[in-house]
Formats: sequence, C-alpha cells, structure tokens
Amino acid sequence: MNLAYRDVRHNLFRFVLTCLGLGLLMSVVLAMIGIYNGLVADALNLVKAPQADLWVVESGTKGPFAEASKIPEDTREAVERLHGVSEAGNITYQTVEAPLAGKTLRLYVIGYERDRPGGPGDVVEGRKIVQSHFELVADRDTGLTLGVTIRLGRNRFKVVGLVEDTMNSGGDPVVFVTLADAQTLQSQLAPPAARVQAARGASAEIAKTVAAVVARLEANADIDAVARTVRQWKHLSAMTQADQEQLLIKSVVDRARRQIGLFLGILLTVSAVVIALIVYTMTMEKLKQIATLKLIGAPDRTIVGLIVQQAIALGMVGWAFGLALITLTKDGFPRRVLLEPYNAAVLAGIILVVCIAASGLGVRAALKVDPATAIGG
Amino acid sequence: MSGQTRDAIVEIRGLSKHYGEGHTRVDALRDLDLTVRAGEVVALLGPSGSGKTTLLNIIGCIVEPTIGNVRLDGEEVYDNRWLRGDLRRLRLDKIGFIFQFHNLLPFLNARDNVAVVLQLAGKSGPEAQRRATELLDYLEVGNRKDSMPALLSGGEAQRVAIARALANSPRIILADEPTAALDSKRAGIVMDLLRKLAAEHDACIIAVTHDEKIYDRFDRLFHLRDGRLDGAEGDQK
Repeated sequence: MNLAYRDVRHNLFRFVLTCLGLGLLMSVVLAMIGIYNGLVADALNLVKAPQADLWVVESGTKGPFAEASKIPEDTREAVERLHGVSEAGNITYQTVEAPLAGKTLRLYVIGYERDRPGGPGDVVEGRKIVQSHFELVADRDTGLTLGVTIRLGRNRFKVVGLVEDTMNSGGDPVVFVTLADAQTLQSQLAPPAARVQAARGASAEIAKTVAAVVARLEANADIDAVARTVRQWKHLSAMTQADQEQLLIKSVVDRARRQIGLFLGILLTVSAVVIALIVYTMTMEKLKQIATLKLIGAPDRTIVGLIVQQAIALGMVGWAFGLALITLTKDGFPRRVLLEPYNAAVLAGIILVVCIAASGLGVRAALKVDPATAIGG
Repeated sequence: MSGQTRDAIVEIRGLSKHYGEGHTRVDALRDLDLTVRAGEVVALLGPSGSGKTTLLNIIGCIVEPTIGNVRLDGEEVYDNRWLRGDLRRLRLDKIGFIFQFHNLLPFLNARDNVAVVLQLAGKSGPEAQRRATELLDYLEVGNRKDSMPALLSGGEAQRVAIARALANSPRIILADEPTAALDSKRAGIVMDLLRKLAAEHDACIIAVTHDEKIYDRFDRLFHLRDGRLDGAEGDQK
C-alpha cells in the first residue's frame, strides 16, 4: 500500500493546484533554457547558412558578425583563384527598418551573389531569387507572404520565397536580396542628400564593397593552409567556419548566455525553496498522522518514503505541467524558444535532486515527531 | 473474572519516571507496581498530571522509564537490548492502540486503515485486505469498509479504530479515553465490545478514562495520584 499515493489521491485537487503553480515556475525555467538555445541556434544558423569553409574579412576585425567588416568586392575573385578553393561568394549584412501595413518591420538584410555561396538554404515556399533586382527571400517570421511587396530603401521588393529559422543573434528575421540590391540599399542616398553631395562634387557612384567573402574548399584542401595564405594579404584576414562559430558564441552571445544562466540559477533556487516550503508545510499538516503511524509501529523508512515520494511526485508533475505549457506556448514567444529533449531531461534530473534535497526539512520534522503526541501526551 | 489465575501480560515493578533535573525535576511516576493479566479490562483513573498518560506511554514502549522493570507478554523491555526500531516492532506485534478521537488516517478508507497495520507487520496486500474485511465484519462495520473516515459516524470510526488495534492480534490493548467522543449508549456498546475482545483474544485492555458511566465495565480501577498508585491491585469491581 503506497501511502504517498493514497494521500495525494485524497487531496488531489490541492495537489494538482500546487503542481500547477510549480508547473508555471518550471515553464519559466524551460522558457529561459529555450530562449537561450534559440539565441545560440539563431546566431549559428546565420553563420552556417552559407555552408562556407572559410570567411575572408577585413584585416584587424572579427567581422562580419562580431565587428563591422568592409572589403573590396573584387576580393572574391582573388579568393576564388586560391589553390583548394572550389567556389566563393560576396556577402553583405545590414539591419534595416521597413514600413509594412502601418507597422515598422525590423529586418536583417543579407546581400549575396546568385549561384554563389551565401544565399538562402532551403526555400520552404516559393523559389530562390532569379532576377537581378527587386526580389527577396524572407524568413517566415517576418510575417511576409509570397507575392507581397515591401519597400527597402528607395525600391520595392517582391517576396518570391520563404525560409524558416533564419534570424540574427538580436532576433531580427532575415531577408535575402541580391548583392547589387544590398549594396544599393547600403549606399544609396535620399534625393535631397544626393543633390547636396552632387553639389559638393562628390561621386554618386555606389561603393563596391562587401562585408565578407565566403569560400567553399575542395574536399582534400588544407583549410589552415588556405587561411594562412589569405592572412598574408595585408588588408585581409581569414577565419575558418569553426573559428567564426566560436567567435559568435563567445563575443556576440556570451553576455546573453551568462545573463540567462544567472537568471536560470535564481529560478532554480526559487524553485528549490518553493518545493522545500511546500513539502515542509505538507509534512507539518500531517504530524498527527505521522505520530499515529509511528505509534502503530510504522518504521522510519515508511514515513520518509511518504514524504520523499510526495516531494518527487510534486516536482515531476510540476515539471510535466511546465513542459506541456511551454510546448504549447513556445510558438507565441517573440523570439525562438528551442527546447531539446536533452534540456528537459537535464531539468528533470535537477528537479529530482532538488525535490529529494528539499524534502530533507520535512523528513527532519517527521522523524522528530514523538509518537506520544498521537495519544495526546 | 478470576484474573489472578491467568497469565500476567503486563508486569511493572518499581517503576519511576522523572522529567528534568534539580529544582526543575518533575516526578511523573514513583515506585509503581502493576500487574495486568490476560482477559482483564482495567482502567487508569486520576486527575490531570497524575501520571496516567506517562504510564500508558511507558507500557506502550513510547517513553523509557527512569528506573524500574517492565515486562510485556513475558519479555523484559527497556533493558538495553532494545533499540528504537525493536520497540516499534514490539508495538506492532504486541500492542494495539485505541485513541480518544480514533486517529484514523484520513487518506485511507476504513478497510485500508486496518490493512495498513497488517502490511506493516509483513502481511501481503490481499491477505491484509481479507483479514481487515473479516475484522470489520466482526465489529459490525463491514458495510462501511470502503468509506473514508470523514464519512463515518463517531461510533463507526471508533469501531474501525478498534479493528485496527486488533489487526495483529496484540496481547495488550492500550486505550486513551476510548469513549470520550461517544454518547453514553455508544460508550457502553464500545466497552462491552472491548470486554468481549479481551476475553476472546486472551488480551488485556488498559484504558485511561474519566468517564464515570463506564467504570462498572472494568475489572479493576487503578487510581493514580501524584505519580503513585492508590492500592497496588486496584479496586476490584
């Protein structure tokens, strides 16, 4: 006869309510883990999207994500000629705000060369860009749909394709345009400003620079040797894909990671205290029953089992509530909440340990109960 | 009942119990001798603070005496051989408790309240359930076996509590104000039941009570005053 189960069944409504409260707390913990995962995944998706082996950027910078980088457009041709490089593409990155249906849409614009590395990965709806100008492929989270036109800078672009899970580390959804359109967007001035520049005698020519050149290497190429060669060019630097990913996590995501990690620590501490208080209160309410059990001869392990099993049930049901809640609501979050089964399993393990530790207070109180109190002495 | 001819189940010799030391010392029991035999139903009487509950706790293996010998069903208790767990086992096997307010576990139904004691003693689940049902039928509350304690009347709850006390066929039944929560008619029924049980199970029943209406249902009355017994063998009824 499992006394913990019987007691829970007897006070089912209260138990469920308590679990629900704990579940809300667990859902916040899981949301924080999911937001952190989403942050890292979004940042890495952006770096992984070009499927590059090598990133060629401006010398002395950690571009193009951690720092701004600007290199001549024709660098791509030099890189492409290197031994071991199979293909290369120019790429630009910039953040813009675009008006759409009375709202302002914040977008991360990637300019790339068609049929070269740097474009969108899998287009889940529509097609890739085939025109030289005024077409874009957007992440579904932009809210844009196929066929819609949107003004970027001084030109209108038509949405021809949609991709998924492509955002920058700040959570801005990505749109892909051609390199030429992206360069125009970067440097084209508004008419009054253009007239002022023309009056000053400044050139109205669009600057032919890019943020980076992404290169794919042949299967048997020595990536470090290629990178070393690029670094010998004084105005350029090169990073492998692994370097770029590491850099992004360390310099771009690290502060957010530490912040969320600290918050997670606080939440878990609060959860532990809440569980300990609930278990202690549940035990204190049962002191007379525990005294009776002791008096009729129940061994300590029966009484400890009653408390610890209830604490574990409380934690696990709360965890399950939290997991169900976050699974149902995660798509409504403004930022991607990415929960891996591994995360949920680790949290379950932590909650299990917390429950066992938190039930210590209740167990201590129960073991100190004098069986004589059942008699009234 | 000819108590003198039967086996002594509870034998207490030279029992004293004090709490605290020096000028805070309280002598709860002083040099007390007591023998209760199989089949006897005896009452411990006395004003508050006279030592009734302390004596009940010592016989119930809950409180250790300061000095003196306590022998329960032929076994010497409190002689350094007994660990806390052993005393708990002794309680489970040899002693049944009946409380003033039945103290049934509110999260178990009537049958499970009885069965839990049997399972603690090592009986299997089905065997415990069967024996619990038999006991409840014997005490004429079998029809309420699936009811939760909160739904039982005072008399029914006390019968279930008695069934629980009898579950492991104990030789000693300790009752703390067993009729205090009952009206005089039901109190009489419960006392008659206890007398019947003592006779049929060859057990002794020691009850603390203030209920004068049931004094005539006891074989002997032991009066306690300031931790001492008035009369070593109690008042014969």
